[in-house]
Amino acid sequence: MADSTAITANAIPATDREDHGVWGFSRAQFGALGVMVVFLAVAPFLLYPVFLMKLLCFALFACAFNLLIGYVGLLSFGHAAYFGMGGYLAGYAAKAWGLTPEISIIIGGATAAALGAVAGWVAIRRQGIYFAMITLALAQMIYFFCVQAPFTGGEDGIQAIPRGRLLGFLPLDRDLTLYWVVAGIFLLGFLMIHRIIHSPYGMVLKSIRENEPRAISLGYRTDDYKLLAFVLSAGLAGVAGATKSIVFGIATLTDVHWSMSGEVVLMTLVGGLGTVFGPVVGAAVIVTMQNYLAELGAWVTVIQGVIFVICVLAFRRGIVGEIANLLKVKL
Amino acid sequence: MDSFLDLIETISGRPAPLLFGQLLLGLINGAFYAMMSLGLAVIFGLLNIINFTHGAQFMMGAFAAWMLLEWAGLNYWWALVLVPIVIGFTGVVMERLMISRLYKLDHLYGLLLTFGLGLIIEGVFRNQFGSSGLPYRIPDQLQGAWDLGFMFLPVYRGWVVIAALILCLATWLVIEKTRLGAYLRAATENAPLVQAFGVNVPRMVTLTYGFGVALAAIGGVLAAPIYSVNPQMGTNLIIVVFAVVVIGGMGSILGSIITGFGLGIVEGLTKVYYPEASATVIFVIMAIVLLARPAGLFGRA
Repeated sequence: MADSTAITANAIPATDREDHGVWGFSRAQFGALGVMVVFLAVAPFLLYPVFLMKLLCFALFACAFNLLIGYVGLLSFGHAAYFGMGGYLAGYAAKAWGLTPEISIIIGGATAAALGAVAGWVAIRRQGIYFAMITLALAQMIYFFCVQAPFTGGEDGIQAIPRGRLLGFLPLDRDLTLYWVVAGIFLLGFLMIHRIIHSPYGMVLKSIRENEPRAISLGYRTDDYKLLAFVLSAGLAGVAGATKSIVFGIATLTDVHWSMSGEVVLMTLVGGLGTVFGPVVGAAVIVTMQNYLAELGAWVTVIQGVIFVICVLAFRRGIVGEIANLLKVKL
Repeated sequence: MDSFLDLIETISGRPAPLLFGQLLLGLINGAFYAMMSLGLAVIFGLLNIINFTHGAQFMMGAFAAWMLLEWAGLNYWWALVLVPIVIGFTGVVMERLMISRLYKLDHLYGLLLTFGLGLIIEGVFRNQFGSSGLPYRIPDQLQGAWDLGFMFLPVYRGWVVIAALILCLATWLVIEKTRLGAYLRAATENAPLVQAFGVNVPRMVTLTYGFGVALAAIGGVLAAPIYSVNPQMGTNLIIVVFAVVVIGGMGSILGSIITGFGLGIVEGLTKVYYPEASATVIFVIMAIVLLARPAGLFGRA
């Protein structure tokens, strides 16, 4: 079964054992969580809040993606579909139906999860490379649907989505107010993923990643486990996309395009596949890079390609994976 | 003839010129699906890598033909010979320098690496040539159209279908009927054993990749006069070809050829009967096939 060795098996530090620290976090992870929370609290006073909100949306997106690749060993090459559809539905709910932002985001996440249930049901029939190709093809189908469907606004997208009032009374027009909401959503999603990974359910997921036939022989219905993981991942990706369209007031085809699926793979790869904090760091690196290099146009694609190649050839653990390896801890 | 046309129109419920026109377009798209999925299958068989760069290499083939004509004055026929050699060689270099380092790792890394390489190539071409697309003239010998009685068949389009068929069948013959093909099939089954018999398997792997890339490049040359030559032409195609590969299963060479042409025709028919679904029909078929026969139509489970 050498072939089925999970993609992250060599990305995980040798010290992958559970030292029961605080709330299921290892001591190192708890420290890193502390650093992250402090950063979230201080950052909006040092950096532009809209940029930070964009970063957090992509960080949550990458964390959701990492739930599949890092802990089940499934590479979805079509996660933009759930991210983008979440964005469209939330935008439509907020604009056309005039719903409050939290309800709109829940609708976006729920739609993405439902879509993930259908797509996952089809895709989990194959593993490895086939799974990646199938998810990419299904996402392309959703992309074409979005191009044609009237409610997405086609090439124009859904524009001027109102930020609205949280719970109906707290106006979110000020960037800083909205920032705290987005930071809250991100933290909630992050902790939820952490909780999933460290639950008995998450243990079964990891056993599927390591050796699926053995998990089956132990009596687990691995297909059910994989499907639920896919739905959770798609749903959280949808929440990330929904939050992004509320923040920016726009939902467009860019977010459902295959290149967005590639970007989230890149973020997770740069940060470290199968690490809890890797996707956050990777998203920060890639979003920052895009921000600074935006005027270079198509060269951004080239640079992203180069980073892909370097990461795959020489840097497979990613930033967080390398740090964890150096410090001999689990992050 | 007229009664034949009437019969067709009665059965299909659509004007015959529309029906045949779309069928021809479908056949041409199918020719490209077949060539591309054949290349992917040959590469996957030996390297166990899904070559995401395949689309970019197809696009490079089209651009190389354009460059030969515009910059060196070498016409279409020269391009048909030179382009696969040159682009195939770039593939050989890529395999030696990068892809060969990944064979011991999870196959998904190969997918990620070739995806990255595809991004680089596409980005460079977009910087150099913009994304609007360049025209490539149909060569003089293939201008004009044949009158088939029930429709006019542009000569070049007929040529593309025939050339693709010949290429596909030649590849199939080489793999199934020659000694080289026998080595290739044996190495696909058990590479260490074949190597123990004294066959230089690493070199065979490199050349196989080069051959698969050359096939994509010829596809690009054939496509240049039909589609406008632009940097995105490959990526849009490769995602559909992935679905074609999933439907056919990569186990059988002949299977990928049949699936490629068949799906092209189905897509063409969809344009006649329900145009809104023409962009998605192949993906829908993929989902249905996966539910009914997860290994693909010609695949081995």
